[in-house]
Amino acid sequence: MIETILVFLPLAGSLIAGVMVLATVGADKEFKHKMDLASQIVTCGMMLMTAVLAVVIFVDVGLNGNARTTELFTWIASGSFELSWALKVDSLTSVMMIVVCVVSAMVHVYSIGYMHHDPSVPRFMCYLSLFTFMMLMLITADNLVQMFFGWEGVGLASYLLIGFWYKKPTANAAAIKAFVVNRVGDFGFALGIFATFLLFDTVHLDTIFDAVPGKQDAVLNVFGIDFHALTIICLLLFVGAMGKSAQLGLHTWLPDAMEGPTPVSALIHAATMVTAGVFMVARLSPMFEYSDTALMVVTVVGGSTAIFAATIGCVQNDIKRVIAYSTCSQLGYMFFACGVSAYSAGVFHLMTHGFFKALLFLGAGSVIHAMSDEQDMRKMGGIWKMIPVTYALMWIGSLALVGIPPFAGYFSKDIVLEAAYGAHTGVGNYAFIMGLTAALLTAFYSWRLLFMTFHGKPRCDETVLGHVHESPMVMILPLVVLAIGAVGAGYFTYDIMVGESSAVFWGDAIMILPSHPALENAHHVPALVKYAPLIVGTIGIAAAYVMYIARPDVPDKIAARFQGVYQFLLNKWYFDELYDKIFIRPAFALGRALWKGGDGALIDGVGPDGVSSAVRVMARRVSALQTGYLYHYAFAMLIGIAALVSWNMFTKGA
Amino acid sequence: MFDLPLLTILTFAPLVGVLAILIIRHDDPKVVVTNARNVALFVTTGVFVLSLIFWFGFDKTTADFQFVEQVPWMEDFGIEYHMGVDGISVLFVLLTTLLTPICILASWNSIQERVKEYMISFLILETFMIGMFCALDLFLFYIFFEAVLIPMFIIIGIWGGARRVYAAFKMFLYTLLGSVLMLVAMLTMYYHAGTTNVVELMGYSFPIETQKWLWLAFFASFAIKVPMWPVHTWLPDAHVEAPTAGSVILAGVLLKFGGYGLLRFSLPMMPEASVYFTPLVFSLSAIAVIYTSLVALAQEDMKKLIAYSSVAHMGFVTIGVFTFNTQGIEGAIYQMLSHGVVSAALFLIVGVVYDRIHTREIDAYGGLVSRMPNYAIVFMFFAMASVGLPGTGGFVGEVLVLVGVFKVNTWVAALASLGVILGAAYTLYLYRRIIFGELTKENLMKIKDMSRREMLIFAPLLIITLWMGIYPSSFLDFMHVSVAHLIDQMETSLAASGSLNVAGR
Repeated sequence: MIETILVFLPLAGSLIAGVMVLATVGADKEFKHKMDLASQIVTCGMMLMTAVLAVVIFVDVGLNGNARTTELFTWIASGSFELSWALKVDSLTSVMMIVVCVVSAMVHVYSIGYMHHDPSVPRFMCYLSLFTFMMLMLITADNLVQMFFGWEGVGLASYLLIGFWYKKPTANAAAIKAFVVNRVGDFGFALGIFATFLLFDTVHLDTIFDAVPGKQDAVLNVFGIDFHALTIICLLLFVGAMGKSAQLGLHTWLPDAMEGPTPVSALIHAATMVTAGVFMVARLSPMFEYSDTALMVVTVVGGSTAIFAATIGCVQNDIKRVIAYSTCSQLGYMFFACGVSAYSAGVFHLMTHGFFKALLFLGAGSVIHAMSDEQDMRKMGGIWKMIPVTYALMWIGSLALVGIPPFAGYFSKDIVLEAAYGAHTGVGNYAFIMGLTAALLTAFYSWRLLFMTFHGKPRCDETVLGHVHESPMVMILPLVVLAIGAVGAGYFTYDIMVGESSAVFWGDAIMILPSHPALENAHHVPALVKYAPLIVGTIGIAAAYVMYIARPDVPDKIAARFQGVYQFLLNKWYFDELYDKIFIRPAFALGRALWKGGDGALIDGVGPDGVSSAVRVMARRVSALQTGYLYHYAFAMLIGIAALVSWNMFTKGA
Repeated sequence: MFDLPLLTILTFAPLVGVLAILIIRHDDPKVVVTNARNVALFVTTGVFVLSLIFWFGFDKTTADFQFVEQVPWMEDFGIEYHMGVDGISVLFVLLTTLLTPICILASWNSIQERVKEYMISFLILETFMIGMFCALDLFLFYIFFEAVLIPMFIIIGIWGGARRVYAAFKMFLYTLLGSVLMLVAMLTMYYHAGTTNVVELMGYSFPIETQKWLWLAFFASFAIKVPMWPVHTWLPDAHVEAPTAGSVILAGVLLKFGGYGLLRFSLPMMPEASVYFTPLVFSLSAIAVIYTSLVALAQEDMKKLIAYSSVAHMGFVTIGVFTFNTQGIEGAIYQMLSHGVVSAALFLIVGVVYDRIHTREIDAYGGLVSRMPNYAIVFMFFAMASVGLPGTGGFVGEVLVLVGVFKVNTWVAALASLGVILGAAYTLYLYRRIIFGELTKENLMKIKDMSRREMLIFAPLLIITLWMGIYPSSFLDFMHVSVAHLIDQMETSLAASGSLNVAGR
């Protein structure tokens, strides 16, 4: 019952705000202002209640172990393809609920301040609440199709919010890009669902999980090739996860998504939606466990993304893009944790990351707000005394991200890296090394961001500098709540998430085969491995200090010295250019060619238009034959008779 | 109550409206026009209300034809006036009766010339369309199937755009070509089986070689109607030139004739040939989905873009039909129904701005959201329904078809799924160019948002699209038994002939 209320409160909030959007069409200023306020109160009120309920559910389901599923009503039923709208709540869901609901509530409240001057506040609140509802539908799904519903639903909300400022062409382009790239991922997800149905004759999660051991050697013919069934299914589903979680290859939409308002970046593109892929892999652990190949792919993709995104993050100048690449990189960590069967470590990092990354984004929003909407760090600097609270909160977020004890990231990132090491496999070691190197870069770009933004000489113009001000309480308070999470979420939940109580806590929600002991081994790694992340983190911070405080001339020199590498990183490994060349341009060119050439020249030319013009020409020729001279007709008759006679003779003779 | 010949009453009720409009006489032409509109709306709404009998009174537990009427007609040839509906056809009847009043409403202000004749055409069209879905005699079916062309030809040819004559003739000749072949096939069937009764013919087994010829002849007709690649080129022209309501009926109902025909004739009467030709259908459909989606991406005309997207969406239908399994066939029917609603709405959406600015050029628009927020919301909703977002009707049909075909042929499933990606691309790209951005064009500065009448048109379509997406059982329940019966029938005759086995698919 509680979960039903929890899931549908945001929908109610969204619908009410939606009605307010309609009501304000063409209304006067005063009424609009009232509606702004009303929509904020309604949606924030609903979300705060949701957050409280999420805590209640966490205690009830997570801590007290009352996992359950509530069926609402039948969704699709056709033959054996049967599924219902249902709310499945177990430990995994309850953890996700905490992250989603708390961060969402904070972002809702923060938006009151941040979107204060925006002309369409109700629309913004409507979209935010809609997103939250879709995300909740995703994490409470008890079948793959409902998960897909939430999956595409959050994609819709993301599309709407990235393109929220619809007058900006860049925002519109980014919105479409996000939707379409996600659709590429969903293509894999959908095929994965179909393959699952083909193998198990159901899409119901629990039924599938029960049947998996019996199908571990099954073979499935896809595209004419016989695959190990579970491997191909997991890989297809993982393509979906890669799209949503912006993993290497399908990551290009995430940095562009920063075109959306900053609260959106914090909620959707950092804390919740982009972690859906990790959630999916963890949720489907009973399937992934039976495919070592799939797990290997997850590990390699995760490890590669972690390092790849971190390298780009080191050279970006837009404050939000740095954090966006950081998100991309951290998602890589979560994936390779799952890849080495340390799902709980991945989810643990997902949770702590949710708090500190939302904090960082909202903090960046506070900076942008203070700097009169400036996002370029090259035009910031020297403002820490003017916005001390934001500055302190950004420090907390960065410390947590880099993994300095006792902040949350320390616990989760360490266990992820230790698990990768503890897997004692080739890919595990690869992920460990990539993760460790990425940790160095993470520390570097985090402090680069802090130094460039807050320290040194102010590089903005006088008017902007004059306006720099601390954000109002309504923006600061949510930051404080998130900061509490960023400080304490690691220490206080370590035990139940990945420690001694974790087996009891997760129960049936996560399944790990005894042959995959990475998480167990993680607790017994050599001391050097244990302290390595801390050491490289410190080195990274020191390097940033040297380059941006002590010797500010160094970065330019390095960039000039290694121009090729610098450009390569600055241009984000040229992924966008590559995709533009091999996918987007050819698609449009092909479309045009098929239209003009295929439909126009070929089909119509040979078909209807060709036939009609041929008929016209024939008619003209035939009418030209009618000359009116008698001897012409007589001649034609003679030829005809001759032909008839000869044909007669030949056939008779033969 | 059910002793009445309900189907006949429903089918010919619109003709009462025709009579009423014909006898309108008044000195003031304005009064005549207003009355003609009112009569048409009143009658078509009445027909819709009447058709609800079939929604509530339909027995979902039997595969037999219901509301059957059977009286001898041309006794020398054994031809009967034979009407009836089953789970496959009944919802198409309802789709027709729903869309016709919407078309009348949509034409309220945009048609100012020859209003009387226009309304009469639509009423006659409705009779033929309903008749087509209910006819259970080959001869009767053929009459309705062909007759539909006449009012449609007139609607496009008289009230259409600049190239209306070219488009009307193209449509007419294309479809006529197919129909002629179908007629020959029907005569052959009569010659073989000695009956024109559709129900009896379903149980008759033609020799395999005959089946193949029959199948090809029927296919020629249905493929043009669907339309399938490469005989689809009449559709974009017809849509572009047709008046808004014409496009709505064309996309909403007429395109479904093809899919319906395949299910009613090709599969049950020529099962072996259907199995034999499946690779052909799959190839053409997969090409259609990808090809037309790419072409849609390159369009500069709003209506043409949506027309091409229709061809892509109908590609899913033909794929679904030829999976011969429950999900595929139910998905195909569902896809036809939801496409009927969603594409109708999309053409109406184009109509809204066309009525104001009188151009379909995408580049002539941009930034409409600033002046038309309600329009932007409605457009967004149906754009999302068109790309098959879960929660809308479009998703259910697509997912069922894909689930069905994945069992049979993974390549086709993958290629069709690729179309879903492209679908998102061209739809959102269209939306962006029309709705988003700065409003800079001079003639758009004073454009007005949707009127109450226009909102009223979209409201039912919007509700049904959501309903179909969230609780599809309301609609799927109609089909289950009939589709199961169709598959049984096919499997039995395939087993009997000892040819290919589809059981267990």
